[in-house]
Amino acid sequence: MQLSADNLTCVRGGRTVFAGLGFALTGGEALVVTGRNGAGKSSLLRMLAGLVRIAGGRIALEGGEAEATLTEQAHYLGHHDALKPSLSVRENLDFWTAFLGGTGQNAESALDAVGLAPLAGLPAGYLSAGQRRRLSIARLVAVKRPVWLLDEPTSALDTPSQARLAALMRGHLAGGGMIVTAAHGPIGLDAPRELRLGP
Amino acid sequence: MSAFTALVARDMRLAVRVGGGALMGALFFLIVVVMMPFAIGPDLNLLARIGPAILWLGALLASLLALDRLFATDYEDGSLDLLMMGPLPLEAAVAAKAIAHWLTTCLPLVIISPVLGLMLNVELRAMGIVALTLLAGTPALTFIGLIGAALSVALRRGGLLLAVLVLPLTIPVLIFGVAAANAAIVGPAPFGPPFTILCALSLASLVLGPVAAAAALRHGLE
Repeated sequence: MQLSADNLTCVRGGRTVFAGLGFALTGGEALVVTGRNGAGKSSLLRMLAGLVRIAGGRIALEGGEAEATLTEQAHYLGHHDALKPSLSVRENLDFWTAFLGGTGQNAESALDAVGLAPLAGLPAGYLSAGQRRRLSIARLVAVKRPVWLLDEPTSALDTPSQARLAALMRGHLAGGGMIVTAAHGPIGLDAPRELRLGP
Repeated sequence: MSAFTALVARDMRLAVRVGGGALMGALFFLIVVVMMPFAIGPDLNLLARIGPAILWLGALLASLLALDRLFATDYEDGSLDLLMMGPLPLEAAVAAKAIAHWLTTCLPLVIISPVLGLMLNVELRAMGIVALTLLAGTPALTFIGLIGAALSVALRRGGLLLAVLVLPLTIPVLIFGVAAANAAIVGPAPFGPPFTILCALSLASLVLGPVAAAAALRHGLE
């Protein structure tokens, strides 16, 4: 499986954010996107997720499911947690699992994996920022998709949770998955490839 | 559970939970209809004659009430991004949200409309007919409103713009809804033609609404 981007150009609000960007990533590899604020890290991830129009160049995923697009084979973890405060932890996760095409048993083990199983019945509105983050990470575990697009996934996470996330990411890579992540600091992966945006 | 039913179930659950607003539409409908006799005066014959029109107008305004938050909340908390990334085409996801909105906001209006008809001195048979026309016409209101909700998703004060965008488009629904109700109650025109056109309006917006709303959302996010 290979994810490749070729000569990508991103234009937001009439301003060219980056141009001529390219990379290729094979199964089991992680790519860390670094750069200053506004260099286009989030835009690149949203572009890979199919949420921002590609102004130029191309993105291709080879060797995945032939029928599905990259968007349908990718998980996107953005700045927002996509949680409803009036639904319980379990209901939030169950919904995304069902909507993204997973099953109920996975949701249970995913809650365990992020350490939120004891809070399953609590409305998500009572969670702390870090717990909300963990709940959205549980979505990545509950539904299997080969590409993870993570936008500063460690923000708001405490040290044990960061270690837990790193373990989940290593597990995903060991299973042949791919990760593209924006980060400002170390994220706990051994020797990931790096893509630096901007000067 | 399929993605479609999961989304319908989630939106219905959100609507009936705290801060949802499922009952807001019905309460607003109630207050609008209650105010009317105070404004118009206690002329029972006049109230009975314009009762169906008042019920229709009240239902139209009430159905718009919760519509502006239909996509706005999902946009603000990032859910909309994920809805676009699911295996479900965006058109179907949008339709699922509209169905949930109709079931939680418009269906209660249809159900309470006979009770409110009592306050307007509308006779029993006429109340059944008004409820029937509302049942046939409110899907058109929801699915036309869907387009306005998608267009105004990223705007802070989207609610006002939504009303300005959507209300003119609902004029045909209002005309044929009231025409069908009046035809059945006072005559002499037949009930069939306006009611059939009302059903046609609902069916057409059922098809066009999700397509237009999905296109508006895709355009708006980029």
